Order: sequence, then structure tokens, then C-alpha cells
Amino acid sequence: MVARAAAAVVAAEEEADMDLIDAPEPGQNAPEFTVSEISGAVKRTIEGAFGRIRVRGEVGRVFKARSGHLYYDIKDDNNVLACTTWKGQAARLSVIPEEGLEVIVTGKLTAFGAQSKYNLNVDEVTVAGEGALMAMLEKRKKALAAEGLFAAERKRPLPFLPEVIGVVTSPSGAVIRDILHRLRDRFPRKVLIWPVAVQGSACAPEVTRAIRGFNALSPGGALPRPDLIIVARGGGSIEDLWGFNEESVARAAAESDIPLISAVGHETDTTLIDYVSDKRAPTPTAAAELAVPVRLELLSWTDEQGARLTHAATRAIQQRRQRMQDMARGLPRPQALVETAAQRLDLWSARLDPALTGVAQKKRVALAERCASLRPAMLHARLDDAGRRLDDRAARLQPAALQRDIDRKSRELRQVSDRLAQIARTRTARLADRLAALERMRQSLGYTETLKRGYAVVRAGEDVITTSAEAAKAATLEIQFRDGRLDVVPGAANPAAPAPAKPKATKPVKKPPEQGSLF
Amino acid sequence: MSDKPVAEMSFEEALQALEGVVNRLERGDVPLEESIGLYERGAELKARCETKLKEAEEKVAAITLDANGNPTGTTPVEGM
Repeated sequence: MVARAAAAVVAAEEEADMDLIDAPEPGQNAPEFTVSEISGAVKRTIEGAFGRIRVRGEVGRVFKARSGHLYYDIKDDNNVLACTTWKGQAARLSVIPEEGLEVIVTGKLTAFGAQSKYNLNVDEVTVAGEGALMAMLEKRKKALAAEGLFAAERKRPLPFLPEVIGVVTSPSGAVIRDILHRLRDRFPRKVLIWPVAVQGSACAPEVTRAIRGFNALSPGGALPRPDLIIVARGGGSIEDLWGFNEESVARAAAESDIPLISAVGHETDTTLIDYVSDKRAPTPTAAAELAVPVRLELLSWTDEQGARLTHAATRAIQQRRQRMQDMARGLPRPQALVETAAQRLDLWSARLDPALTGVAQKKRVALAERCASLRPAMLHARLDDAGRRLDDRAARLQPAALQRDIDRKSRELRQVSDRLAQIARTRTARLADRLAALERMRQSLGYTETLKRGYAVVRAGEDVITTSAEAAKAATLEIQFRDGRLDVVPGAANPAAPAPAKPKATKPVKKPPEQGSLF
Repeated sequence: MSDKPVAEMSFEEALQALEGVVNRLERGDVPLEESIGLYERGAELKARCETKLKEAEEKVAAITLDANGNPTGTTPVEGM
């Protein structure tokens, strides 16, 4: 309000400079709007004044929002009109706006208050004029050609005789009738019709779906999968045929695994699908002709082949029979084969008997020659000779040689046993010497030798006494010296008379315990 | 020549095979034993071709679609 008041003051001053008359300030009495009010008023005015209108122009930038709504501009040389098409409307558009395309858009003009903008809500787009359409088609064609979709090597051969033909077309109308008629004339087949709209905005999506749908059928499934697809439509204006120029249709046809014949419009109409199809037929009837061969021709061809087959087989046998007969005539008489041999046999068999007689005669003579020298005297002479040689050997066979050998061996035996006895004697003597030496050593180490050096052994009866306590307990003690034993009484002032020494040899001396433990 | 059983051949395969058999027989350089086998095979192929040609029955059906345009089945089409 302050701002408005200030502005009013400024305006008033300016007014005063120009005209000092106290004229009423313009606008002062004008109604005051809020922004929303004026926006709403503008929106209503625009919508009311124009209603549904058609606008021609070139499509400028196009933006498709993630929501599915389309935002684009329509422009001419100087101005731009913002256009919107909502998602639901966009699905029904027969032409999707493309940048550079000359179009006529139809819709309602409205305003968008939030941005102070007005725009046209478009629910219909048509291409403005044939020139514009053709320009768009050329552009698409170039793009697809650049991708290689029109390449000749992509084209597949059509099956010679398809079992099932899938036809994508309108189920009513002359086209399907023409196709079925021509098929019936040539070669009746199973035909599956996939009904589609062949013009209008539904055309392209339905044809696309039909081509994909036929490809999606699995062989041997509930619906038989066609071996061949015909996409057909009768003649019409370029706008009528436009669905077959859509990229989605062309792509579906290019991707089809099943060979595809396109037959759209008349011969002079060439649509985008015609470039990507495996074969283009100028008319639906021609498509049927491309699809199947003529049955009657094939039947007659088969008959002809059958006739040739029979003829060839018959002729093969006849020819061979003829050759056989020719050969048979050329065969010689069987007798001629053996005559020479028989003659040779006769000749040789005639010579066989004399030959044997001759051989026997020859052998007999030879035998007689050998036998001449074979007499008993010869045998005697050899026997005598052998007898003589036997006597000679026998004479030389005497025991003397054997005896000599025995004598020699016994001498050797005696010598060896003498040497053995000698060795035994020597060894015994040596052992005896060693024994004596050991005994001497034993004597010198024994306690009797110690006695010689002044030691004595004290005994009480048979026990050896080693301590004075034991000695005091004993009634009598026996002391052994080097030369004998002496009995004494402990504690007595005078020892008893020495006992006569016991002979050492008769009673073995009990050795001191210390020594005993050593052994 | 393929070893595919005649009964499994498509019409075109049988046709080509028959043509091959006839040509070989007509050349006349096939051993007799083999030519008899060939003839029998030719006769079989011809019968196959004829059967396939006789099978030429017409059956026209239109695919029925649901609301989303997906195929649901077929209905026979008469009188076209």
C-alpha cells in the first residue's frame, strides 16, 4: 500500500509539472485486483474469446515430461505459441509433433497464471499439407536407412509354400477379400487374420502390435504361428496411409522373424514399411501371388516328374538289357575255351607213362652200382678193427693209478692230523702256564699274604670278629697269624697257650665279609 | 541329397529332392542297384508332393483380441 501510495504521489507530481490543473488522476478510481484475480480474469477472457481454435505453424522444441505430458512450441517467423498436450490426449494424437514439422494443431487457448503465460492445449495434430508430410517421411527414411534397416542383405527369402499365412489388415473390406480369393485360386492355405485399424491414430500401434504378436506366437502353440506375414491395406490418401509410415511399424516389420510382405496402397504409394519388408507387393492381390505358388502348376510339375522318373528308370533297365544282350553276343563258344587245354593235356598225358618207366630204369641201374660193393667181408674187417681197439683200451685200464692216488691222499691226511695234534699240545701248555700265573697272583692278593706283613685275623668260633665290642662278648677268640692260630680269652692278662696251628689246606678259611661281598 | 526322412520333408524339400532324383536317373550313370533305390525314393517323394498338394485346404480364422489388443483366440471366418 505504501508503495502504491508513493507511486501515486510521484505520478501526481509528474502530472502537476505538466498540467497544473487539478485533474483527477487516472487509475485512481480503477478497481484493484489481486494477482490471482487478474490471472483468473485473463484466463477466463482468453478461453472465452477464442474457444477451440486451429493454429498452423512449425513445431519448435519438443519436451516430453516424465509424467507423459507433451510440451512444445508452434512458431512462425516472428512469434511462438506454447502448446501442451496432456498424457491422455497424447495417446490419441495421430501425429506426434516433431521438431521442424509443419502442423495444424487444434485445441483450446488457455492461460497458466502461475507463470503468467498463455498456451494452447492441443488435442489434435495434423501435418500441414503433403509437402510437410513428405519432408517428415524423408527424414525418417534417412534415419532408418542410416541404421541399415533397408539393406538388401536383411531381406529374407519368402517360404516356397507357407503352411499358415498371417494377414494384418482390416477384417472387413475388399483387401482381405482379394487376398483370400487369390490364395484360394492359387493354393488354399490356412490364414490367420489379425484385425487392425488401417487408418487413423490407432493404425500404427495396432499394426505394430499385430506384427509383434504374430512373431510372439510359439510354433505348435494354441494359435498356429504363421510362416509368412502379409501387411495389407487398400489405396488411400497419404494421410490415410500415414500409419504405415510410422517408425514403430517400420521397426516391427524390420524386427519380424517371420518373412513379411507389405502391400499398402496402390503401386504408386510407397510407405515406410515397404522399405523394410522382405518383399513389397504393389497390391494386396499381388501379395497373395507372392505368398503361394499355383497348386495346379505344381501338381502338373509333380506328375511330369513322376513320368520322367518312371521313364528314366525303365530306360535305365532297357539300356542295360540291351548292353547285356550285346555283350552276350560277343561271348565265344564254350568249347573253344577248352580245346587248346584238352590238346595240351593229351600231349602231356601221353608222355607221362614212358617218363615213369624211364626214371625207374635209371634208378635200378644206380642201385645195382651201389650194391656191388656191399659184401659181409667189409663188415668183418670193421668189426675186427673195433675189437682190437677195445683190447688196447682194456689193457690200459689198471688199478695201480688208483692206488697211487689213495696213498698220496692218506699221507696228506697224516700230515694234517700231526699238525693238529702239535697245535693242540702247544695250546694246552700255554693255558697251563697262564693258569699257574693266575694262581700266583691270587695267592699274592689273598689275605694270607697280608698276614705275612703283620696283620692278624680274629675269630670267635667260625665268625670273624672285626670290632672290639664283638670281641668283648666272645668267650674265646682265635687269632690267626702268618704261621698259625692262637686261642685267647679276652680280658685275660695272659693269653692262653697258643692253639696248635690248623693246617691251612684242610680247612678252608672263611674270608672276611668285606672280601666276600666283593665277589 | 539329404538323408531326411521323406515324411518329414516340406513340400519344397520333397520337390527339390524329386527333381534331383529324376535328373540323376536321366543321366543314366547310376549303378543299377542304386537306380532301383533311387526310383523308389523318387516314387516316395512324388507321393509326398502329391499329399502336400492335396492337403491344400483352406481355413481362414480371425484372431480375437482383448481390450488391450492381446490375442485371446480365433473365430472362423466364413463367406469371404
